Order: sequence, then C-alpha cells, then structure tokens
Amino acid sequence: MHYLEIIFRSIFIENLPLSFFLGMCTFLAISKQVKAALGLGLAVLVLTAITVPLNNAILNQMLKPGALEWLGQPDIDLTFLGLLIYIATIAAVVQILEMVLDRFLPTLYNTLGIFLPLLTVNCAILGASLFMVERDYTLLESTAYGIGAGSGFLLAVVLLAGIREKCEYADPPAPLRGLGLTFITAGLMALAFMSFAGMSL
Amino acid sequence: MVMNSLNKFFLSLKPHFDKGGRLERYYPLYEATDSFLFSTTKSTPEAPHIRDAIDLKRIMITVIIALIPCTIMALWNTGYQANNALTTLGAMPEGWRGAIMSLVGIDPQSLISNFVHGALYFLPIYLVVVITGSVWELLFNLIRGHEFSEAFLVTSLLLPLTLPPTIPLWQVAIGTSFGVVFAKEVFGGVGKNFMNPALACRAFIYFAYPAQMSGDKIWVAVDGVSSATPLGAAAAVQNGVPTQALDITWWQAFLGIMPGSMGETSTLACLIGAALLLITGIASWRIMLSMLLGAVVTVFCFQLVPDPPSALYALPAYWHLVIGGFAFGLVFMATDPVSAAQTQTGQWFYGLLIGFLTILIRVANPAYPEGVMLAILMGNVFAPLFDYLVIRANMKRRTLRHG
Repeated sequence: MHYLEIIFRSIFIENLPLSFFLGMCTFLAISKQVKAALGLGLAVLVLTAITVPLNNAILNQMLKPGALEWLGQPDIDLTFLGLLIYIATIAAVVQILEMVLDRFLPTLYNTLGIFLPLLTVNCAILGASLFMVERDYTLLESTAYGIGAGSGFLLAVVLLAGIREKCEYADPPAPLRGLGLTFITAGLMALAFMSFAGMSL
Repeated sequence: MVMNSLNKFFLSLKPHFDKGGRLERYYPLYEATDSFLFSTTKSTPEAPHIRDAIDLKRIMITVIIALIPCTIMALWNTGYQANNALTTLGAMPEGWRGAIMSLVGIDPQSLISNFVHGALYFLPIYLVVVITGSVWELLFNLIRGHEFSEAFLVTSLLLPLTLPPTIPLWQVAIGTSFGVVFAKEVFGGVGKNFMNPALACRAFIYFAYPAQMSGDKIWVAVDGVSSATPLGAAAAVQNGVPTQALDITWWQAFLGIMPGSMGETSTLACLIGAALLLITGIASWRIMLSMLLGAVVTVFCFQLVPDPPSALYALPAYWHLVIGGFAFGLVFMATDPVSAAQTQTGQWFYGLLIGFLTILIRVANPAYPEGVMLAILMGNVFAPLFDYLVIRANMKRRTLRHG
C-alpha cells in the first residue's frame, strides 16, 4: 500500500513535467504526435525505472558517509560527487540499454529509436534521481518512485500530444503558432493537474 | 414597423463595413449587432448546401434558455440566504445595496425581496463578466477580423453561476480575462479551444484567490456570517455520520435552498435544464449518464473502505448528487460540445473519468471540498486522448475486416 501511494503520488500529485516543470525540452518538442510521444514516454519510463534504484544503490553503498566501510574506509564521505555520478550512471545505462535492445529486442529498439540517446541528459530523469536522494528513499521505495515518476511523464506527454493533435485545427495569432501555444497548453494542463495537489490516500 | 426601418438602416450601413468600405476594420462590430437583432442574410456560396435550422446561434440560445431555471434559482436563493441571515441578526445591509433594500424591505418570506436582494449580488458580477469578456473578444475580433460568436453569451452566464455571491468584482474581472484570453482566444476562438473557458476562469480564480473562493464566510452575502456549504459541513465531521452534521433535509438540498455558489445549489433547476438540452439533442446523454455512473460506483467503493480517515467516505451517493456543484457540472459543464470527447465511446470514458475524479477529489482531497469543476478540467485534458485511442481502435478493426 505504501509503495502504491508513492507511485500514485509521483504520477498525479508530483508529476515531473506538470508540477515541477522538469524535462520541459523533450516534453514540448516531442509531443506533436501521440505515437512519437508514446515512444518518448516509454523510454523515460524504462530509464527512470532502472536509474533511480541504481543510483539509490550507489548512494547507499558508495557515497554516503561510512558507506565505504567494506573497503576499510569508514570516514570517507563522497556525497559531493553525487551529481556527477548520477549523470554518469544515467548515461552509462542509456548506452548499455541501447546495445542490449539493439541486439536482443530490435522491435523495441526501433520504437524507442532516437529517444533513448536523447534522454542521456534529460533533467526529468536526473530530477527523479535527485528527488530520490532528497527524500531518503530505500531501494524498494526508489524502485516504486522510479516507475511512478516515469509513468507520470509518459501520461503527461501523451496527454499533451493528444491535445496538440486536436489543436492542429486551432487558429492562434501568428506569434503564438507552434511552441508558444504549446507552452500555454502545458500551462492549462498544469492548472488541471493542480486538482490533485494536497490529496492524501 | 420599427424593426423594419431598423433593418433597412442596418442594410444601408452595410456597404461601409464591407470589403473596401471606410469602416472595413470594424466589420465584426457591425456583424455582431446585426446578427443579434436580425437573422442572417448570408447564403451558402458553395456546395454542399446543407440547411438546418439549428446553427451555432440557435444552439447557444438553447443553452441559455436551459440555464434560465438555474439563474432564477440563483437570484432567489442568494437573496433568500442573505435575507434569512439578516433577519436572524436583526441587521440591515450596508452601502448602496442597503439603500435599495431599505426600499424593498428585508423579508425571507417575500419573493420580491429575495429576488431583488439576489439580483443586487448577481447582476454586478454578471455585468463585470460580460463587459470584461466582451472587451477581450472585441479586441481579438477587430485585430484578427473574426466575427463575434454567441458562445460567449453562454460562457458569461455559466461563470457567474459558479461563483460565490461575495466574490470581489476585480477578481471576477481578472479571472474572466484569463479564461477568455488563454483558454479560448489564443487558440483562435470558439470551437478551437480544448478547455472550457468558463471553467478555466473559475479554476484560475480558485487557485489564485483561495481565500475568496472557499471557506465558510463567503457563501452568504452578509458580512461576518459564516455558513458552511453542505459539502464543507460534511467534511468537517470528525467521526460519526456525515449527514447528521447537515442542517438541511435532502429535499431542501434537491431544491437548492442552501448556501453555495450562486447557480449551483438547485439540482431541480439543473434537471429542468438537462431535460431541455437532452430533448433538443444539444448535450450528450452518454456523458451525463456515464458521469453519473462513475460517481455512484466510486461512492460505493469509498464506502467499502474499512476505518475511513474522514466521515466523507461514508456519505451516501444520493447525497453526493444533490450537494455541491455536481448537477450543474454534469448538465452544463461536462457536456460542453467543444471541450468534451467527440467520439461516442470516448464520451463514455470521459464521463466515467469525471464522475470518478469528482468523488475522489471530494472525499480524498482535504484541500478542496468541491471537486466537480476540477474533475471536468481534468476530463477536458483527457478528452483528446480518448478520442485518439477510439479512432485508432476503429481504424485497426476496419483494417482487419476489410484488409
């Protein structure tokens, strides 16, 4: 139940793009069509589901003060390296995942396509890891959080793509055409998502 | 006779506003006044020459007629609640309203006194909405060469009905500006937006000025009188049966004799409107039915929760349907043909989602006592995706069948 609540929270209440405005660049850029958005969202989901628990393990086994006791170094505190290491982990996971998918699951590789390498430096994915650190999640909790945060991004980007496909026929003033209208659309979506703020289950 | 000469006068003015005329820039203004007073002289220039008496104008007018019972209830109930509180206090209202009311007299039993007192609160808000919204529409229409649409008449009547009587007028003006500009005009006007503009206005005011949009002090238009809405009262119950905390009977709630947003209290008035909208086929019965089903099923699910953290979990479904803005949202907001789902299957999912979310926000979100409007906003966000999925599924099925 506790884990379900973490997942629900991270999808609806603390939605990465719509409540924290993280990962905006991919969120706005790759939401023209639902199909592409679905691919992007799935890639984000896979990545957060892997990297958040992985970073959690690294944090607890290597970085935290006293974590290196098994090396006979109980006094070392490496948390200042956190930011670097999390990004490196994400980048490494992207590379390995690409090779594995290309070799064993070519269809999925084609679906995720260019999105995987794009996500190496995505702030939503790094943000998920940093939130995990901030909130002191355990390994299981961070797995739940990774899945939830990724699903939240998936949901938001697919919804935005649906609205943008509908608004193909919209007739905005010339300066707002394209990205401008997308920003306003995302803002209105965030307004709607505020209905979950403060919800407790 | 008068109308005839007026019509001739308008036709004589027309060349000035036509292409190449002196006042070409202001054609939208001419067109709006002309089509408000007379039927259109336009005929379809190209095939297909489909003719139907029900055009956008007729649709919008029908919705306005459907809103009349709610508006009447809004006037009467706002006045009744205020008169009632004043009689109990033995006080008179202050300011310009007091000056008018001292002529009419404060009497909760008198129909006229109630209507006049209600109108003194409703009309200023309505006027502010109409004026602010029209100014924005005019600005966009003049610059972009669009024509006025009657849809704004509906939006401008819907919005005041969802507001509490004591809301400061400047907040109304700001909210209206936000909704009209950002939820409608930047998308190119009526039919091109994805979110109900009246709801966007209300949500904006709700999140920007929560002190004037929620709480106990705002629902009765008398200074310092605190009277919770039934939803607020039920939510405040610590343990026990939530309906015991309500000082109204179910029938009172059904008729709408209780504090609340001005036009939302009466389920009966909403049902009369619903009948008209359903007979004329303007609102989708699928959305209404599925939203009702979604809400009722969700209420039953919440009732099954053991050791509920709040008494609202146990509030029975027949109460949920008559308190708050549920009926109003169901009849007038969720069925907005522009922002709702367009496909028939999509409408079922859309309605179910709104019904579910409404109860979820009401029961499980202590931050917001009322959930209908927010749930419909979420529904608006989900609607295009539902349509997309339904159309995709249909395409897939047809490819399989026909190759």
